[in-house]
Amino acid sequence: MAEGAKPHAPAIIPGLETFPRMLRHHARVRADRPAIREKEYGIWQTYTWGECYAQVRALACGLAEAGFRRGDRLAIVGDNRPRLYLAVAAAQCLGGIPVLLYQDAIAEEMAYVLQDAEVKMAVVEDQEQVDKLLEILDRLPSLERIFYDDPRGMRHYTLPVLQGLDELLEAGRIHDRNQPDFVDEEIEKGESDDVSVMLYTSGTTGKPKGVCQTHRAFLFAGMGGVQFDRLTDKEEVLSYLPMAWVGDHLFSYAQAYAAGFTINCPESSETVMTDLREIGPTYYFAPPRVFENLRTQVWIRMEDAGRLKQAMFRHFMKVAERCGIQILEGRPVPLLQRLHYALGEILVYGPLRNVLGLSRLRVAYTAGAAIGPDLFRFYRSIGINLKQLYGQTETCAYVCLQPDGEVKLDSVGKPAPGVEVKIADNGEIRVRGPMLLKAYYKRPQDTAEAFDEEGYFMTGDAGFFDEDGHLKIIDRAKDVGRLKDGSMFAPNFIENKLKFFPLIKEAVAFGHDRPYVTAFINIDLEAVGNWAERRGLAYSGYTDLAQQPAVYDLIQQCVEEVNEDLSHDPQMNGSQIRRFLILHKELDADDEELTRTRKVRRRFISEKYAVLVEALYAGKDSQYIETAVKYEDGRTGKIAADVRIRDAKVFPSSPRVHA
Amino acid sequence: MARVIGDVILDLQNISLSFGGVKALTNISFDVREGEIRAIIGPNGAGKSSMLNVINGVYHPQQGRIVFRGQERRRMNPHEAAAQGIARTFQNIALFKGMTVLDNIMTGRNLLMRRNFLWNALYWGPSRREEIAHRRRVEEIIDFLEIQNIRKTPVGRLPYGLQKRVELARALAAEPSLLLLDEPMAGMNVEEKQDMCRFILDVNEQLGTTIVLIEHDMGVVMDISDRVVVLDYGRKIGDGSPDEVRNDPVVIEAYLGGAAH
Repeated sequence: MAEGAKPHAPAIIPGLETFPRMLRHHARVRADRPAIREKEYGIWQTYTWGECYAQVRALACGLAEAGFRRGDRLAIVGDNRPRLYLAVAAAQCLGGIPVLLYQDAIAEEMAYVLQDAEVKMAVVEDQEQVDKLLEILDRLPSLERIFYDDPRGMRHYTLPVLQGLDELLEAGRIHDRNQPDFVDEEIEKGESDDVSVMLYTSGTTGKPKGVCQTHRAFLFAGMGGVQFDRLTDKEEVLSYLPMAWVGDHLFSYAQAYAAGFTINCPESSETVMTDLREIGPTYYFAPPRVFENLRTQVWIRMEDAGRLKQAMFRHFMKVAERCGIQILEGRPVPLLQRLHYALGEILVYGPLRNVLGLSRLRVAYTAGAAIGPDLFRFYRSIGINLKQLYGQTETCAYVCLQPDGEVKLDSVGKPAPGVEVKIADNGEIRVRGPMLLKAYYKRPQDTAEAFDEEGYFMTGDAGFFDEDGHLKIIDRAKDVGRLKDGSMFAPNFIENKLKFFPLIKEAVAFGHDRPYVTAFINIDLEAVGNWAERRGLAYSGYTDLAQQPAVYDLIQQCVEEVNEDLSHDPQMNGSQIRRFLILHKELDADDEELTRTRKVRRRFISEKYAVLVEALYAGKDSQYIETAVKYEDGRTGKIAADVRIRDAKVFPSSPRVHA
Repeated sequence: MARVIGDVILDLQNISLSFGGVKALTNISFDVREGEIRAIIGPNGAGKSSMLNVINGVYHPQQGRIVFRGQERRRMNPHEAAAQGIARTFQNIALFKGMTVLDNIMTGRNLLMRRNFLWNALYWGPSRREEIAHRRRVEEIIDFLEIQNIRKTPVGRLPYGLQKRVELARALAAEPSLLLLDEPMAGMNVEEKQDMCRFILDVNEQLGTTIVLIEHDMGVVMDISDRVVVLDYGRKIGDGSPDEVRNDPVVIEAYLGGAAH
């Protein structure tokens, strides 16, 4: 059941086939419009398209003078800073390939990527990143120069490989003045099939792979999104997600260049919420956990509010639940309800959106993980057009989008303009279109294995189209296993259901080739801690709190609710969780248990905690375990605990009857 | 680290201070060099805070000489000390709890403001320009100490560790050449202490500020100080580099006890 290409595939404008050409175009037609804003010293500073282009030219010249050549790789590491975004464009001007790295990666992880990509130069944000690179410098023979954006703390660094970005820009400006044609000639040499960027996969399984994307692919994806949601050059977005994530590169770079809109860089990672309010984005992209945090803050603040406000809030949230989504989607709603909602709009929803900084929002997207139905409904019912999309690094995060007015909670929408999606016989989702990767860097075999005979990219996700042509995702295809009795076991599906509870931060489900399903749970320290505080329950830290019987009771309720939910689904009935335990430590990316995008590495965890898994299936009540942990400063320590194991109630199968 | 320790800028000679019959300080001499981090340690009641108050001009010693930047002084009050470039923080935080972080730090600029309050009330022309220039400097300090996210938060709502940082920010706002810190890390957890250490080192290194600090946490003192003075019952019993002090039998006996680390 293949879905054909939609008629309005985005078209790339002749003469503007690469990002540097797009930039030059914007610098001509909207030179004085803001391209990037950054809050610095408490004030939003604006860089226009004209200024950005001039800086990119200077950067490109500086890099060229330092010896950066066509095809060389430039690593870029740091928070969302204007000059790091400009460095991406500067590398592209010279026909070089920007390689974006996660800024919170430890030196060891960076070493792998930098070696794999054979990076020649690096542009980094600050001293912290410089220190990490210097730590691994002797293992990076290809790395010749490191440029830093923020000179703070760098005074005593005298190594010749280091140079400030200011100096590089100054040298570049002189070069640009002396050879004004140089950059233009370099831009003209660029072609749409050149690799525009390398993004590394998060490496849920095995080592990360460098995904080479072309200008054509990302421009196509950017243009597609812009057309789909009718974005203009007036949009404002907040760029606060890691630059190395495909989502940020699509929204803050490709789409910004496609439409010519403004990106805003927050002051620091702690000020994002304040900055969000000050900017009031019209277009917003966030993974579900950000939306979750926002709502939790609303909840917490409502608990401190006066009685009248609380009552009003509760009342109008019920009204919104009843008809908010219908009104958002323009469906018929009885007049009285409509008036009731309008009153709520004045008293609650409008002010609430304002507090969240979402007043001017036209479109919001979430992706990267499953979003809880409650959460999704909450935002849509208060008038925020929150939608889901589906894609991966290899597809420029551009496969399926939810069209306005056709938003379903449990689907990721319809194939995006110009994208072909089909479901293979084994249930795997396969996609084809111009947004596909050119190759995995230096991995011809992986590249070949990623495509099927017809040129479709194999996403590795299992899913199906519903009766309206919306794509539903079940799980990672290779994660979908079978219980001993042969019934389907989709671990992600179960874990997501667990994680929708605010009390549960992470979950890992086991069951493949096992008689029944079991789970590891990570409690949310803040949420459960709050709960414990209110009940006067004393605890000394995560490990202590996690093993309290009262906390087990609490989590057991959640697990049993999930079981009841699963019992309504004939396919999933067998996957009810029989036994569970609360892990004695938080799963952490520094311990390699999660990827940097916070996905659980199931196989790694099941090996690391093999004793616990065995104990779950051996019927024990508790199990002693010692685990090595890495602290942020690089030291290692040990956490030991007797982990309790609980049985959960299982419900008889009772398929839900649709009226 | 290419830090330069310069000449003596503060020389305390034979300082004695008593309150009625109580002798707080007896015949104490030591000096502070330009650009160094100088620690004063000692058990409770040893006279550490009194020493700081003498430097600061709060107390006036009955005996002894104080030479600051080549000038001898005998009586001086704290605001004169501040005008000479000496700023301090307090053991018990002394901030305006109801005011925002930003406003609190702005008060540190007070001495540097040239316009009188009538001008400021008008907030026009030169006074406005002046206010903007001061605000810019305050923002640089906010950036330096990484407290952007609490800029507009009333100080009373902040956790203790952050309040300490705000107090440091206010002291820095006066652009001191000599900074006195009275137990900057008291009551902090390990992580907050690490942060504070880093900031103290940054201030010293990047702003070139000379620092005199009192601290109870021996690990901290030994890690970040260039030289340490040890007081006990109002007398100086040791003076030297952290290593010298740590191995001085008199000091071990009096203060560190058997638990020296």
